[in-house]
Amino acid sequence: MSANGTIIKVSGPLVVSKGLSGTCIYDMVRVGHYKLFGEVVEIRGDEYFIQVYEETEGLGPGEPVVSTYNAFCVELGPGLIGSIFDGVQRPLDAINRLHGDYIVRGIEHPPLDRTRKWHFYPLKNIGDEVFGGDVIGYVKESRLVKHKIMIPTDTKGRLSMIKEKDGTIEDVIAQVDTANGTKELTMLQKWPVRSFRRVKQKLKSTAPLVTGQRIIDTFFPITKGGVACIPGPFGSGKTVIQHQLSRWVDADIIVYVGCGERGNEMTEVLVDFPVLKDPKTGEPLMERTVLIANTSNMPVAAREASVYTGITIAEYYRDMGYNVALMADSTSRWGEAMREMSSRLEEMPGEEGFPTYLGSRLASFYERSGNVICFGSDDRQGSLSVIGAVSPPGGDLSEPVTQNTLRVVKAFWSLDDRLASQRQFPAINWLTSYSLYQDVVDEYTNIYIHKNWKMYRMKTMEILHKEAELEELVRLVGIDSLSTKDRLLMEVARMIREDYLYQNAYDLRDTYTSLKKQFLMLSVILKYYDKANELLQFNIELSKIISIPSMSNIAQMRFIPEDNFDEFDRLEAKMLQELEALSKNKTS
Amino acid sequence: MFKEYLNIQDIIGPLILLQDVEGVAYGELAEIKLASGEVRRGRVLEIADHRALVQVFEGTRGISKEDVKIKFLGKGMEIGVSSDIIGRIFNGAGEVIDGGPPIIPSKYLNINGSPINPCARDYPKEFIQTGISSIDGMNALVRGQKLPIFSGAGLPHAKIAAQIARQSKVIQFQEKFAVIFAAMGVTFEEADYFITDFKRTGAIERAVLFINLADDPTIERIAIPRMALTVAEYLAYEQDMHILVILTDMTNYCEALREISAARKEVPGRRGYPGYLYTDLATIYERAGRIKGKNGSITQIPILTMPEDDKTHPIPDLTGYITEGQLILSRSLHSKGIYPPIDVLPSLSRLKDKGIGKEKTREDHADVLNQLYAAYARGNYVKELVVVLGESALTPLDMQYMKFSELFEKVFVSQDEEENRAIEETINIGWKILGYLPKTELKRIKQEYIERYYKPWNNSLPENTD
Repeated sequence: MSANGTIIKVSGPLVVSKGLSGTCIYDMVRVGHYKLFGEVVEIRGDEYFIQVYEETEGLGPGEPVVSTYNAFCVELGPGLIGSIFDGVQRPLDAINRLHGDYIVRGIEHPPLDRTRKWHFYPLKNIGDEVFGGDVIGYVKESRLVKHKIMIPTDTKGRLSMIKEKDGTIEDVIAQVDTANGTKELTMLQKWPVRSFRRVKQKLKSTAPLVTGQRIIDTFFPITKGGVACIPGPFGSGKTVIQHQLSRWVDADIIVYVGCGERGNEMTEVLVDFPVLKDPKTGEPLMERTVLIANTSNMPVAAREASVYTGITIAEYYRDMGYNVALMADSTSRWGEAMREMSSRLEEMPGEEGFPTYLGSRLASFYERSGNVICFGSDDRQGSLSVIGAVSPPGGDLSEPVTQNTLRVVKAFWSLDDRLASQRQFPAINWLTSYSLYQDVVDEYTNIYIHKNWKMYRMKTMEILHKEAELEELVRLVGIDSLSTKDRLLMEVARMIREDYLYQNAYDLRDTYTSLKKQFLMLSVILKYYDKANELLQFNIELSKIISIPSMSNIAQMRFIPEDNFDEFDRLEAKMLQELEALSKNKTS
Repeated sequence: MFKEYLNIQDIIGPLILLQDVEGVAYGELAEIKLASGEVRRGRVLEIADHRALVQVFEGTRGISKEDVKIKFLGKGMEIGVSSDIIGRIFNGAGEVIDGGPPIIPSKYLNINGSPINPCARDYPKEFIQTGISSIDGMNALVRGQKLPIFSGAGLPHAKIAAQIARQSKVIQFQEKFAVIFAAMGVTFEEADYFITDFKRTGAIERAVLFINLADDPTIERIAIPRMALTVAEYLAYEQDMHILVILTDMTNYCEALREISAARKEVPGRRGYPGYLYTDLATIYERAGRIKGKNGSITQIPILTMPEDDKTHPIPDLTGYITEGQLILSRSLHSKGIYPPIDVLPSLSRLKDKGIGKEKTREDHADVLNQLYAAYARGNYVKELVVVLGESALTPLDMQYMKFSELFEKVFVSQDEEENRAIEETINIGWKILGYLPKTELKRIKQEYIERYYKPWNNSLPENTD
């Protein structure tokens, strides 16, 4: 078995090598004199097709290829939180310190810091029986995250040593006597990215993943363990929504994968997250975030790997029993990376040049999400929610990446160019978006928020749909042709759009709204609508109804602070009183 | 010292396939000597066993299978740089074409560059004043941003680009500033317009020009933006200069890319463009930015003509996904005689929020911008209604909005080609036309600014002011 192969062909990120026998498909290899990272993606006879994660210029036939005989693995252990990695988990901050402002080729740097000491707190005792997935202790990884140290999935036996100590991730913290002898455990684990991490059982998701974004939480919610996608043309605000979600969702851990997107956007996250505070804990958001950045100008093959790197890290934290949310921006770039490799492999293309396995790859990626009973004997629960942005070319949703994504995701937030140009943000189209989690979330909110939640939500949506119908009519025959009842409805729909659905991501008070406040806001608008309808029956002029002083208070209600909900009662009382006054004046 | 090869197997479009080569690397530069003594350059696109696929920059016309000698130079495509490069004009092969002496490089740099580490980037936030109200006021440009102009055939994008190149400056600081201009496949007249304009205004003293004309080899268009950006990086990060890179016309660049892709018989993506068009464009656009600890910056204004004015065509579409916004030129504004015909409604600068406001431009800038945008959008909506329903169906307020939208186009957007408006002036013009609307309609502006700046419109309407 020879360890050394020889390059016979170079074509962009694809390199073909001979003489790598013994190497499995998807094993990592180091290519050429620069020792570039690569992965075997196809074996034809004696020819090994390698996708190289770095720029291949200057590589030529005859150069050596060395097999590692291992699949591409990520390192899992303390130190992930707060880090920024590239698509193949190289730590970008360390690389910046050591190698300068540019990412040059052939840099090798361990993903996790080997020198940093962590204080390990054991939770098990010598003599305890342990099984794969069992938590044996923890370290305080950040102010927000207790990093649980788990037994590797393939290990079981009796603890013969475990001790509280300060150690690096490579120091031995425990020993297990297994059937095959003693095994030493460190805080570092490795896991091949393309295989999902084992779970004991998948569960139905039952609780909403609260995002603080009104249009999402109220109308198109996602659950903990759910999957959602955000397709939209450029300029419609995909990235702003992804950033908003990664800031405000009530998950314990956020993994943000910037896959083939703008460099300045990742910089924005790097600048903002250490400063922005988590609404629940008041700690900086960076204390619960892992960033994977493979910007559009970084090598395309590493972009393909970046989503797997991200989701494996996310699964690892889920296994600790956390609620994890993964944002991938954007999966279209991932699809394009697959297309590029596929075309270099001269595979028979499917739709629009995308490989025929596009659908199955997307599906198996999203399927790694879910609400689960984690592997291990204590039956702890964890969840992994995935929110993927899609960038359909020309905003055309019929293209393959969007269509294949829609087949697997259950919440669909359709971004609309037209709404964005009207500066209606978030520009999620309420007529075309959907969420199949609505029933599950209704059950939850009816109990924990208010029993009228579902009714209010449906009523509001009905008004918006009716408005769309009326708008067409108005466009044809003018607003004068509508009955006063319909004109009131149009006015209320406008309130819903401008005072409820519109949410300013950059305003400190408006950027996050709790479910309770969402309900109170809806309640004010709907009560206004009911009362106003009543007044119309008494022939009170519409112009008076829609110009009561409270209207401006309603427009401002999104700024009411989260700790001052009495304000809503006062607002409601004032509004009803003003409306009441109108009817009294009429009768008197 | 370099081995010369004679054995060409195939010639397909701009590509030649060589046999029996030794020790050749992917991306290596090749020198092709024709029987006539002419020397052309090429780049290895694929290397398999002993066969190399070479893309010839100057095109393959005149190359025969016999009598051609090819040698490989053992390095990728490079450009020689030095600080004397400013003020010079180059062609697509990187040769001086302004009649002056060749430059003496202080070093050679690979034109492909390396991706900037996202950790090393600094967030762009310094306002650049272009002197054009529809850009400064509505879609402010900041240092390190990439903001393309989406144009169409027959629209005055060249004039706008020249005006930006002439007038751009950062208002807070007086620092070294230079323009790098790369023209790909433009007509002689267009190139001449830029050169003449730069010479006339003296802008050439702080500019580097790369010119590839429509009848120059297509393949050179692939290298030109990369050469320009390599020079830009050198000047920005090693000479501490602030660089504005203007790339025109990216549509020609993409077509050159498609030509090579087709010659290589690659599986095409949308409209025949290669599937890697996005990645390829990103390697150009993403070279804009700022780096922490470095004084210089690179700001990019790529210009592209949208085929059939279609924003969803792959070139503008993929560009829009990479760049930080876009300025869209409107044919209808142009036909109304409004210069610059920038349609502010679909235009967008994603980074403007960080560059405007107190101590950067003026404290009321953001509010005025939002109000102008909203009022103009409403005015345009009313105009649409009028087409269907007639003016009689409008309320007096609607009429006012309709007039406002005309004022906006004629007074705010419209300006002379030589007119360099300071940002103060732009914002003041904004207030002037907002004066045409009743005070109560200015819902997006803070009360204190209204009190400070609002003055009711007392001029005659623009029909009469014309």
